[in-house]
Amino acid sequence: MAVDLSLIWVLIIAFGLMMYVVMDGFDLGIGILFPFVPRTGDRDIMVNTVAPVWDGNETWLVLGGAGLMAAFPLAYSVLLSALYIPIVMMLLGLILRGVAFEFRFKADEGHRAFWSRAFAFGSYTAAFFQGAALGAFIDGFTVTGPSYQGGALDWLSPFSVFTGLGVIVSYALLGSTWLTMKTEGELQARMIVIARWITPVLLAGIAIVSLWTPLDHIDIAKRWFSLPNIWYFAPVPILVLVTSWQLLLRLNGKPHAVPFLLALFLLLLGYSGLAISLWPNIIPPAISFREAAAPPQSQAFALVGAVFIIPVILIYTVWTYYVFRGKVTGSEGYH
Amino acid sequence: MSHLDPLMLARIQFGFTVSFHIIFPAITIGLASYLAVLEALWLLREHPVYLDLYHFWSKVFAVNFAMGVVSGLVMSYQFGTNWSYFSTYAGGVTGPLLAYEVLTAFFLEAGFLGVMLFGWRKVGPGLHFFATLMVAAGTIISMTWILASNSWMQTPRGYAIIGDRMVPTDWWQVIFNPSFPFLLLHMGLAAYLATALYVGAAGAWNLLRGRDNPRVRTMFSMAMWMVLATAPIQMLAGDMHGLNTLDYQPAKIAAIEGHWSNAPGKSVPLILFGWPDMKAQKTLAAIEIPHLGSLILTHSWDGQIRGLDDFPADARPNSTIVFWTFRLMVGLGVLMLLLGLSGAWLRWRGQLYRQRLFLWVATAMGPAGIVAILAGWITTEIGRQPWVVYNVMRTSQAVSNHSALALSTSLLAFIVVYIGVFGTGISYLLKLMARGPDRQSGATSPAEGDRPHHRPSRPLSAAPDIRPASVGKGA
Repeated sequence: MAVDLSLIWVLIIAFGLMMYVVMDGFDLGIGILFPFVPRTGDRDIMVNTVAPVWDGNETWLVLGGAGLMAAFPLAYSVLLSALYIPIVMMLLGLILRGVAFEFRFKADEGHRAFWSRAFAFGSYTAAFFQGAALGAFIDGFTVTGPSYQGGALDWLSPFSVFTGLGVIVSYALLGSTWLTMKTEGELQARMIVIARWITPVLLAGIAIVSLWTPLDHIDIAKRWFSLPNIWYFAPVPILVLVTSWQLLLRLNGKPHAVPFLLALFLLLLGYSGLAISLWPNIIPPAISFREAAAPPQSQAFALVGAVFIIPVILIYTVWTYYVFRGKVTGSEGYH
Repeated sequence: MSHLDPLMLARIQFGFTVSFHIIFPAITIGLASYLAVLEALWLLREHPVYLDLYHFWSKVFAVNFAMGVVSGLVMSYQFGTNWSYFSTYAGGVTGPLLAYEVLTAFFLEAGFLGVMLFGWRKVGPGLHFFATLMVAAGTIISMTWILASNSWMQTPRGYAIIGDRMVPTDWWQVIFNPSFPFLLLHMGLAAYLATALYVGAAGAWNLLRGRDNPRVRTMFSMAMWMVLATAPIQMLAGDMHGLNTLDYQPAKIAAIEGHWSNAPGKSVPLILFGWPDMKAQKTLAAIEIPHLGSLILTHSWDGQIRGLDDFPADARPNSTIVFWTFRLMVGLGVLMLLLGLSGAWLRWRGQLYRQRLFLWVATAMGPAGIVAILAGWITTEIGRQPWVVYNVMRTSQAVSNHSALALSTSLLAFIVVYIGVFGTGISYLLKLMARGPDRQSGATSPAEGDRPHHRPSRPLSAAPDIRPASVGKGA
């Protein structure tokens, strides 16, 4: 039996994007939480929890882009053309956020407040436009032949604005639970309060998207609610409820890593829900990943690298997190 | 066809973002290797001056790297957003090369950067050195893949056109295409040379400001050795690259030389200066040296090269631009060679750190390497036009269907953000370099760097933040 290269590549890209969402999710979440944490010292601690790892986290986004170009060039060119404006905005947001990591500490005193604002603004912008792009992706694109034929603003809809806000909320939950794990004292207490507020908001957001999507898209409604699918997929919403409930429960007392792990699991469930809705389309509503596939010579060549190197990447990523394990406190290294 | 049609706007956008981008990785490549050398010297000789220099240049490196990462992110998406027909047509070849760059280089750099900048107190000296080496290796691997992709667009090999797209048939030929080794060598040397000039300028400036100490002397001396060694090799590499281009992209060489036509049996002069006019189809006000063009390009007295007249008007690169960008690059290269030689002369005379005119020139030459890199890339990229994949796909066939409005708006946004953000970042870098390296390392041996309890939390404090009374020996 021949190796199903396209299928493997879809799984690799989905894995890369998932890694990006969860890892850069809590980095961006930290910027999103900035307006709720006014003290500079606290903000410095928040940034320092991710300073050694943010760059690696963001690299998964580059892998998503390059992997898509290598394995599904048609999807790469159509999706990125269709999502031109949200992607440019996301990139500009990521630029502001990324340089602010360095500039906040290297700037002249008078500029520091500006770069803190740029850090927060960049994080909000990047998160919102990622979410908006996701919403537009679910809604689908106008494609003729090998190219996008829609307008520059087709991505903009009430639904995509809603998913944009939804991603901001999701990242805020990841950020606040990450900081619950990585900080202590007053800052940690504040993060716990924030996480408690965000959890029900996010749950409501997930519920609304889960209703809105099938109401708008008859195919997606059929996918979820026809027999016997409904039985196969029912665990997803049930697990979302159970996880959210556990999350609220575990934020009581002396929480450490558990809320963060539960938040990650919640995001994973949302991600799998999306995959169920859209499979096997890589350019919704009509182009499947097989139709967008690169020549097998391209997929096979890149796959050799992916199969051998991604495990190594995961090993040294884990090692980096291990080196920088433990709580980050204010007493560490400010002068 | 208006001058600011969507194609031109998309080209300006790509040119603008990639020009800003290339500044950072070029310096990142050089500085990463420099840091690896400094750390190796520190481990071998245990002289604190190397540790001080490491800490100083790692701050510059951190800012540079961050700007390289975020401006590079834009590049990896721009192939899809702005050049979607290119990506659909040729993405099966260039996509896997970029995927390999991400897998083998970006993750390596990013994964070990945290330990390199923040890990002095978290891991032992051996492991820390390993992290620095991995970051340095990552920068070189990254350059290798992206140049494989670019050189393939210059001299495509190992593909077939099947249906409506390019399909790779032989990856070895794709990667080791005819221009790849020359482009790699030329760009690698350029990165090292540009960094040596950059480091040298910081050293010269600090010497001029009266901060004459072993740290400043060491970095200035290392930089001048590096300029002396790489500048002449770079000239040879450039010559080899040029001859390779003559073989595979003769129109580019004709445009660089402003050479339009041959008379039978007549040699090719070297046009020193002039104004290639694309409409008049000749080079105006040309100052020529007879036979020198033949001599340089064919290594014979009367050899001929093809002129621009040999190519249809719609297959000629813009000679006005590449004629001048090439001369700018070569002129700067000659200045670099002279800088290296006069540095060696002054060193021999024992005046390297004192000759003020030389120090001023070395300061002024700080950006020369970067400017030469930009001029060289403009020459090679505009010289490839009107093709995006040489002789296979035209740039005009590659561009996405965006409106001029969408493109000009986003171009404006890029210009505002890039000048604001990277302009500010460059000003911080200049201030950092002008301040010069402090004597800050209290540790007198590598082993003392390994203290688990105290972690510097940011690059600026990547240096140990305790300052014991006993400062390192000899510094």
